[in-house]
Amino acid sequence: MSPMARTAPVPAATDPAIIRNFCIIAHIDHGKSTLADRMLQLTGVVQQRDMKAQYLDRMDIERERGITIKSQAVRIPWELDGTSYCLNMIDTPGHVDFTYEVSRSLAACEGAILLVDAAQGIEAQTLANLYLAMENNLTIIPVLNKIDLPAAQPEKYAAELANLIGGRPEDVLQVSGKTGMGVEALLDQIVRELPAPVGDPQAPARAMIFDSVYDTYRGVVTYVRVIDGKLTPREKIQMMSTRATHELLEIGVSSPEPQPSKGLGVGEVGYLITGVKDVRQSKVGDTVTTFVKPAAEALPGYHDAKPMVFSGLYPMDGTDYPVLRDALEKLMLNDAALIYEPETSAALGFGFRVGFLGLLHLEITRERLEREHNLDLISTAPNVEYQVTLEDKRVIKVTNPSEYPSGKIAEVREPMVAATILAPTEFVGAIMELCQTRRGILGGMDYLSEDRVEIRYRLPLAEIVFDFFDILKSKTRGYGSLDWKADGDQVADLVKVDILLQGEQVDAFSAITHRDKAYAYGVMMTGKLRELIPRQQFEVPIQAAIGARIIARESIRAIRKDVLAKCYGGDISRKRKLLEKQKEGKKRMKMVGRVEVPQEAFIAALTTGESPKDKSKK
Amino acid sequence: MTPSALPLGDPAPADGVLPAQAALGAAERKFSLYAHIPFCAVRCGYCDFNTYTATELGGGASQDAYAATAVREVGFAAGAMEASGLPPRKLNTVFFGGGTPTLLPAGELTRILGAAVGQWGLEDGAEVTTEANPDSVTRDSLQELADGGFTRVSFGMQSAVPHVLKVLDRTHSPERVPQAVAWAREAGLNVSLDLIYGTPGESLADWETSVRTALGYGPDHISAYSLIVEEGTKLAAQIRRGQVPGIDDDDHALKYELADALFGEAGLSWYEVSNWSRTPEDACRHNLAYWRGDDWWGVGPGAHSHMGGVRWWNVKHPTAYANRLEAGQSPAAGRETLDADTRELERIMLTSRLSDGLAIDTLNPSGRHAVAGLIAGGLIDPVKAFHGTLVLTLKGRLLGDAVTRALLD
Repeated sequence: MSPMARTAPVPAATDPAIIRNFCIIAHIDHGKSTLADRMLQLTGVVQQRDMKAQYLDRMDIERERGITIKSQAVRIPWELDGTSYCLNMIDTPGHVDFTYEVSRSLAACEGAILLVDAAQGIEAQTLANLYLAMENNLTIIPVLNKIDLPAAQPEKYAAELANLIGGRPEDVLQVSGKTGMGVEALLDQIVRELPAPVGDPQAPARAMIFDSVYDTYRGVVTYVRVIDGKLTPREKIQMMSTRATHELLEIGVSSPEPQPSKGLGVGEVGYLITGVKDVRQSKVGDTVTTFVKPAAEALPGYHDAKPMVFSGLYPMDGTDYPVLRDALEKLMLNDAALIYEPETSAALGFGFRVGFLGLLHLEITRERLEREHNLDLISTAPNVEYQVTLEDKRVIKVTNPSEYPSGKIAEVREPMVAATILAPTEFVGAIMELCQTRRGILGGMDYLSEDRVEIRYRLPLAEIVFDFFDILKSKTRGYGSLDWKADGDQVADLVKVDILLQGEQVDAFSAITHRDKAYAYGVMMTGKLRELIPRQQFEVPIQAAIGARIIARESIRAIRKDVLAKCYGGDISRKRKLLEKQKEGKKRMKMVGRVEVPQEAFIAALTTGESPKDKSKK
Repeated sequence: MTPSALPLGDPAPADGVLPAQAALGAAERKFSLYAHIPFCAVRCGYCDFNTYTATELGGGASQDAYAATAVREVGFAAGAMEASGLPPRKLNTVFFGGGTPTLLPAGELTRILGAAVGQWGLEDGAEVTTEANPDSVTRDSLQELADGGFTRVSFGMQSAVPHVLKVLDRTHSPERVPQAVAWAREAGLNVSLDLIYGTPGESLADWETSVRTALGYGPDHISAYSLIVEEGTKLAAQIRRGQVPGIDDDDHALKYELADALFGEAGLSWYEVSNWSRTPEDACRHNLAYWRGDDWWGVGPGAHSHMGGVRWWNVKHPTAYANRLEAGQSPAAGRETLDADTRELERIMLTSRLSDGLAIDTLNPSGRHAVAGLIAGGLIDPVKAFHGTLVLTLKGRLLGDAVTRALLD
């Protein structure tokens, strides 16, 4: 058993030989944050009384959803065999939407803890991140967590992990983040097994940005890992991708509260503050060097975040448009992956087309906008970016069905993904059926263990952004997991399906679909709208059309009676209150032509494939 | 008639003194009295009114003592109104509702009426109505009522079809109604019949039978209400359990249209969404007082009152009600003082239901702006609108709440 380090190594004067940089690779609910919390506690950097559950997850949404969106780094002292070591724990996002950020966090480390729930086994996203870690030549320490659970099957999953990464099942560590069991042994193991960072202290400074966070009071806080040379306060630094220079106002380490230091040397991890206000000036993956003695070559691996999924965001109340605009501006400061531009919808009014890394990114962004800025938002059905070549060879990019050209089209290309699905073998048939209906092409299949299989498909991105994951979950009784990465594009036979209410096209409901699926989309959407839109004073035909051709139709019968029969002395107050309530309800209606469409109809029709009845139960 | 659920409001003082607003302009407003008689022979399955069967209550709330308790409130009302600065006014209309007022002996009803008339006096040609169950009147009792000052009786006929009456838990036999109407005529009373349509299991033919039967009795006035399933009633529970079919608004609309056509053929015209009369003079003036925002005092447990934009309501339980009055305290449970916007909302909500309609130039600009859309939707009479009055069409009567909402936007 190792004691808590008595003397912590001092930043800027720490021999790289005693530094260990690591991250934890884990699936969303496999207990990464709990384990990290336990480490902070055991090493004494966070006192018991300051302990909040999941200390590192700062945002409310993160804590509520139990997932980590933004990574941070914590410097932890740990003593082994009489030497004080400096451990830098770099927290990584766990979700597939943030693959690039994960890859940069991994690139800041020499090793990774592969943390797997002993009751559930490894999941597809974890596997994907594990691949990224191996690509970055990280040393992997396999760990089973939650071994205190009655449902834990440590032998089974230890064998699975050993099979995956090589090694023997008995080398897999067993811990419980909840009780603290095995955590000290894990810290010892990190010191023993992980290589120390290697760099040239005399070379021009090169530090890789693995995260940047906007803080209201301090501006952008940039998290870096120093590869070569040294960064010191008050010097001028330069971002190598843009050549922009900034004054280094403060440099320091998190433990986990920020502690200014005299600098950061080779192998060290810490934060920089330059006073810039926009995270775009401090991009993840970029290399920081000094202005006076710049490095000749940037560190490899940097690229701009590329949005994959697009959705229109509209304020429910049109007068909130400026609030939404300001809110997006603010959010952008803290989210380099977010892009947006103004957009107008005939049905929804003024809003923004927003690009996201994926569906979770979309959901989190919408939730933050609504919660932090008190907005009611409608988000339109997510879309991918299509490359449409017209007959005159002009190529246009379409991220919104309403931009889809109505004229002659020579070719449409759609983005593809390489998807990896992990599930118990009994669900292989159901998964293949699902992928087949989503125009997938089987790439291969491997058994991870006797009863778990990895299936690889190439799928159009458009086929997985809507409801694929939900259906996968239900078809595999919750056991299936999914990871995907971009995988080029393909020519596809696509059409635009429009939805018409009373003959009037509702642009927010238009969709670009494969020709074979246009009919199904039309039937689904018209049927859903018939359930969701309340009866009006006139009959409302709902049609789905490709161009001028109607492919599906429904109709909402006119309401014939909407009057309270009795209205005598004692009824008056009651009836008045009912009317006032109805008036409030009407404010939450969007007028489409003469048709009053409740906000719920937009949300339910656009966000998921489930029927409104299921939705209302939630 | 008093629905069972009381609104939430401000507390009401024990002395019954009203906010100053109640007295403003009172001399120009007419004054009515409502008397709630909270007794029924049986509790009907659809009814959520504040009513009790004979044996449920004792003390000042018992049937025997009830008239004395109600008379006590009449006295209290006069004192409270005077203390609130309201001028003495004669009664324009009086209405006895329930419950089944005629479960009390006619002498008890005339005793309450007599106390009120003694207190305030009656205007010339005042209308004095009682609701009645066809089963609970006799030739003599109706004569006694007429002699005691009643001018009008409203019979709860509801339906002429036995299986419909059974679902409604109504005990009277359909044959009893013409007899009661004839006795009322003999006594010189103006006669109104209440009908209910849309009862679960009622066919369109059943409803036509009821309408034609009612018309056959030659009433001066008919009220026809769609059945409203109130939460907490036996009927609501039966529908929830699937024992009887639910309510269908389209069925209601069809039956309303049929009734309106048949009433029209028989010479009755609508003057409010759910009310038809033979001549304008046969319209129920007491109910018009509600819709026109007149003042009225409601006597009895759960009864509602209104004076110049102040609404209040009495405690619901007859025993609590009787105890308050015995202690010399106001029986009011709560009240609300309406601001100008709310009064305007009520005015639009109530007067738009009348065939006399709503003067368009009294609406605010957004209300006036809605008028063209209402004409386009076929909800209001275009010619009357051109002449400045908003009057619902047949379609508009069925969508009356939508019209009100449009005018309030």
